Amino acid sequence: MNLPQHVQPVARLRDVSLRYGRTRALDEISLNLPAGCMVGVIGPDGVGKSSLLALVAGARAAQTGEIEVLGGDMRAAVHRQRACPRIAYMPQGLGGNLYATLSVFENIDFFGRLFGQDLAKRERRITELLESTGLAPFAARPAGKLSGGMKQKLGLCCALIHDPDLLILDEPTTGVDPLSRRQFWELIARIRAGRPGMSVLVATAYMEEAARFDWLVAMDAGRVLATGSAQDLLARTGTPSLEAAFIALLPEEKRKGHRPVEMTPREAAESAEVAIEARDLTMRFGAFVAVDHVSFRIYRGEIFGFLGSNGCGKTTTMKMLTGLLPPSEGQAWLFGQLVNPYDLDTRCRVGYMSQGFSLYSELTVRQNLELHARLFHVPTEEIQARIEELARRFDLTQVIDAFPGALPLGQRQRLSLAVAMIHRPEMLILDEPTSGVDPVARDGFWQILIELSRRDRVTIFISTHFMNEAERCDRISLMHAGRVLVSDAPGALIKKRGAAGLEEAFIGYLEEAAADVHESAAASGVKVATAGARPGVGLSDPHQPDRRPAFDFRRMFSYTHREALELRRDPVRGTLALLGTVILMFVMGYGITMDVENLSFAALDRDQTTTSQNYILNLAGSRYFIEHKPIIDYADLDRRMRLGELSLAIEIPPNFGRDVARGRPVQIGAWIDGSMPSRAETIRSYVQAMHAEWLAQKASRAPGGPAPGGLVTIETRFRYNPDVKSLVAMVPAVIPLLLLMIPAMLAALSVVREKELGSIVNLYVTPVTRLEFLLGKQLPYIALAMFNFALLAVQAVVVFQVPIKGSFLALTAATLLYVTAATAMGLLMSTFMRSQTAAIFGTAILTLLPATQFSGMLDPVSSLEGVGAFIGRIFPTTYYLIISRGIFSKALNFWGLRTSFIPLLLAVPLLLSLCATLLRKQEA
Amino acid sequence: MRLANVINLGIKELRSLAHDPIMLILIAYSFTLSVYAAATAMPETLSRTPIAIVDEDRSPLSTRITEAFYPPYFLPPVTINRAEMDERMDAGLDTFALDIPPDFQRDVLAERNPAIQLNVDATRMSQAFTGSGYIQTIVTREVEEFVKRYRPSATLPVDLALRSRFNPELNKSWFGAVVQVINQVTMLSIVLTGAALIREREHGTIEHLLAMPVTPFEIMTSKIWSMALVVLAACAFSLVFMVQWLLAVPIQGSLALFLAGAAMNLFATTALGIFLGTIARSMPQFALLMILIILPLEMLSGGRTPRESMPEVVQFVMLGAPTTHFVMLAQGILYRGAGIGIVWKQFAALALIGLALFTYALARFRGAIGSMT
Repeated sequence: MNLPQHVQPVARLRDVSLRYGRTRALDEISLNLPAGCMVGVIGPDGVGKSSLLALVAGARAAQTGEIEVLGGDMRAAVHRQRACPRIAYMPQGLGGNLYATLSVFENIDFFGRLFGQDLAKRERRITELLESTGLAPFAARPAGKLSGGMKQKLGLCCALIHDPDLLILDEPTTGVDPLSRRQFWELIARIRAGRPGMSVLVATAYMEEAARFDWLVAMDAGRVLATGSAQDLLARTGTPSLEAAFIALLPEEKRKGHRPVEMTPREAAESAEVAIEARDLTMRFGAFVAVDHVSFRIYRGEIFGFLGSNGCGKTTTMKMLTGLLPPSEGQAWLFGQLVNPYDLDTRCRVGYMSQGFSLYSELTVRQNLELHARLFHVPTEEIQARIEELARRFDLTQVIDAFPGALPLGQRQRLSLAVAMIHRPEMLILDEPTSGVDPVARDGFWQILIELSRRDRVTIFISTHFMNEAERCDRISLMHAGRVLVSDAPGALIKKRGAAGLEEAFIGYLEEAAADVHESAAASGVKVATAGARPGVGLSDPHQPDRRPAFDFRRMFSYTHREALELRRDPVRGTLALLGTVILMFVMGYGITMDVENLSFAALDRDQTTTSQNYILNLAGSRYFIEHKPIIDYADLDRRMRLGELSLAIEIPPNFGRDVARGRPVQIGAWIDGSMPSRAETIRSYVQAMHAEWLAQKASRAPGGPAPGGLVTIETRFRYNPDVKSLVAMVPAVIPLLLLMIPAMLAALSVVREKELGSIVNLYVTPVTRLEFLLGKQLPYIALAMFNFALLAVQAVVVFQVPIKGSFLALTAATLLYVTAATAMGLLMSTFMRSQTAAIFGTAILTLLPATQFSGMLDPVSSLEGVGAFIGRIFPTTYYLIISRGIFSKALNFWGLRTSFIPLLLAVPLLLSLCATLLRKQEA
Repeated sequence: MRLANVINLGIKELRSLAHDPIMLILIAYSFTLSVYAAATAMPETLSRTPIAIVDEDRSPLSTRITEAFYPPYFLPPVTINRAEMDERMDAGLDTFALDIPPDFQRDVLAERNPAIQLNVDATRMSQAFTGSGYIQTIVTREVEEFVKRYRPSATLPVDLALRSRFNPELNKSWFGAVVQVINQVTMLSIVLTGAALIREREHGTIEHLLAMPVTPFEIMTSKIWSMALVVLAACAFSLVFMVQWLLAVPIQGSLALFLAGAAMNLFATTALGIFLGTIARSMPQFALLMILIILPLEMLSGGRTPRESMPEVVQFVMLGAPTTHFVMLAQGILYRGAGIGIVWKQFAALALIGLALFTYALARFRGAIGSMT
């Protein structure tokens, strides 16, 4: 490739390919990236930019080909370990590697600790960075509550905390307002001025931005289209702008059918009719004002654009117009009718396309269209014709029976538009319909919009953060921080500000607005000015490697600290962690009961003598049975047993008393409700025992009968639990179950959550080791589980009245070992789970089954056979259960339970080393 | 309300479900394998129970008693001495320890009514109770048979004819299979409706729906009827093919009446699913909530253990749960062949609870629309 001769490459790629399943993200890429300059990777979403950057950063494991970064092979773990402190990687998405519930300061602090910096150094660096980025006034604000631009600045602070030699930024400005974008690039420029040797690698979808970079890589479909400086590319293609150059570089078949968008001016005469009017629309969420007194008027057939960054209130305004959100203040009219969420007729005149293409991915293209047609009450006989027509017009005929998920973004977005158009609405409300779509498809989309507006006189209200799209609107509103700054035709706006382009005009309005709001002033204008006065911001430190031992407690505690902070701020997980065990203990304590008491019985006494009554009293007098009113006849007996009212019915035959007295054989009938077999068995044994007792009594009183007591007395001693109460037996058995399931689940969630949210990348690209990561995450959950244990112990003693008879100290020690093993099991499961939902159900099943069935909770392990017995012998719950029962019920201490401590002691290091082996330090 | 909207949206739900392999597997598993497993894996109360014997008599009678314990109910007895007894019990090695005193046989024959000591580890409830009954019967029988060779016995000729109704052999698989079906109805209906709502929210399709000319009432009703229909169909299939045919469990009452009751229960539980779906912001939160809701519903409704054994407060509180009434009517109809004349009260209670839950869930659903995304 045509690399400037004097520059050494910072990264060399040779024949690099990457596949995700069947999709090929990168296709045999060979590339040398020059060092010491600003390299841009350009192309729309999904062409492989992010994959390329992740490979260079070492976040993703290489599959085929050679990758050399900072003079070493990135496939070798040794080199990665050495190189990663010199690389900073900021992944895609606003704040992708940040933690939303942590404050600005806490986020940067976390990264500082990960790079092993001590307190003094961290504080100094953080102050410098916050000052230079203008984030200082917001140090205490949670990252999740920052605007897009501030999030990206924070991401940059986190990346710069360790003075990297290679800064990798993946789409750092997507969805950020133009002023913040400009400030961001100014910041980068200052940092580069202070550290001239630093190489910067940026991926972007904004072509205007890329024009300012030193060297560009244009990518499409996993391949490199061209490399060189912006001037090179323009000269080569003979085009005026990078966007046009990019389209020209695309392979022939992709460009096919592309023609530049041509605007037909709107005829001014017909503009009298107002389609949408908003007056002082305001939306407050608590103290936060999302939309602040927004007013505008849109005429029929007009294309009206809403321009602004992510989170500036565009979507909220649109939702208020569609009636999805009732405004806190102000009013809006559609076609002269006040917006009313219950007015379904107006909705039939509007087509709405929400952000992120709300299509049913489980329905085919045809089914999607059909469903919407039916819901909008298109007459049944017209539906098929309408679908055909739209499919033809939006070029969907070939894919009509495909599922939307299988379609490229451009087609999906056309389908969304078709769905929104199915009922011939007079108005379209489109919320960022083109974000993430490649330029060719975007132009095609706009051609359809223009045709709809001009030919069919459909009013179009569209929001976007692309400047060149805004230029195509008849009129636009610039929106920022919930307020409309100005509304006019794009050309008029440019002229009014005397600016060179729309972006510059927008920035002008933003700066003007910022001057009014002191908060924004602190953020941008003032601070940037002062920071700009100091050259080489925050880079005064000579580059020296920070302390980097094999196992660093600071790095470990960095994760512990972070995890604890996050847990404290998440209400649902926090509740589950604290109350979950207590609630479940109640449920199980009462639910898994083996007590069979208060059994209802009634008698059908056909004898009515003192003897028969004596027999019945014998039953009624016990604590197990409660007598209900006597049974009248068989029908009554049948009815009451079917109802479930009676668990036992006794029938005493006529002449019972007389026959007993004469020693004649006689039979008493007893019916047991067999619907619950275990209860029935217990009833049976009760009745048999009482019958025998009654007989023995009678016999001993009879003249010449045997000596009282029979042949042998069996003295049954129910040990440890003399009243044979279920709770006494269950509570010590339920505690091990709960202290396994919930801590394991929370620990598994903590890792899988990072995987799902993307912040796991911090493990991949920072010097933290796997063991530090695991132990760091585990510690807060161990502490939490110990707290849970204390709660459970109090609950057992106070609420359930189950005393702890043995050594509490020994129980606490065993619990500590056990919950360490339990959380390690959760971590182990997290190594092969990807989604949080899978982690929850997977951990529940994988811990509950062995703990309830194979660990001796109901049947002792010695009664088990086969696989169950094997699992029972190696599962830690088995041993903790013995300890828990031994201490709660059997009054034992350390010494008496020593053999059960050994397996727990072994389990902890075994599980942890297994986790550390299975956890990946790179994305596969 | 337009019926056509409710039907069209419901059909959409069914199509969505048909494309969710994980949910389909879950439904299939819940009503086939899990029912089969619950029916066949219900453990017998006594199986390979560990027992130790301290034989201080060493007589023919004591040997006879020792030999009377054998698998499958008991493990072969371990003969130990008195000193070992406590230690083994503390370590949880034996559930029972039987101590036969010196001169036991001599005292029995001399009608001195000697005492045998049976030590039971009562922390093992499941074995302790039934097991001690078994052991008493075995010991008494062995002693009687032994003595019979020396002299005739004299007991009163009063016989007790014990019969179990509805399940004459107290076959546990009958119980296990039906309980599992009942529990799966509740679990799946909550999971399916809740997930259907959260899936729409996560994919952003809910606001899309709400911007169309359909009302929240229509959206909610469509989800309820479609998911309830799936669960009802699966439940009917499971009762006919798994329970009645494969496991050969007789069903006493009318299947149609039971399904009517299940439909009433589904009305309530699907509404509960929607309610949970409006509270949870994401699938993981929903899953955590589920655990805290479903476990109490399953364990305290009287399906697994009898209601009368629970504290009165718990019994009272659980009257507010639909599943309590569903379990009552299901057990009445399926186990005891009860007709509508007997279970109408449960139907009425389910209708009331269902209506209350539905109304509340609808109110929340309407209210939550603003904060849906």
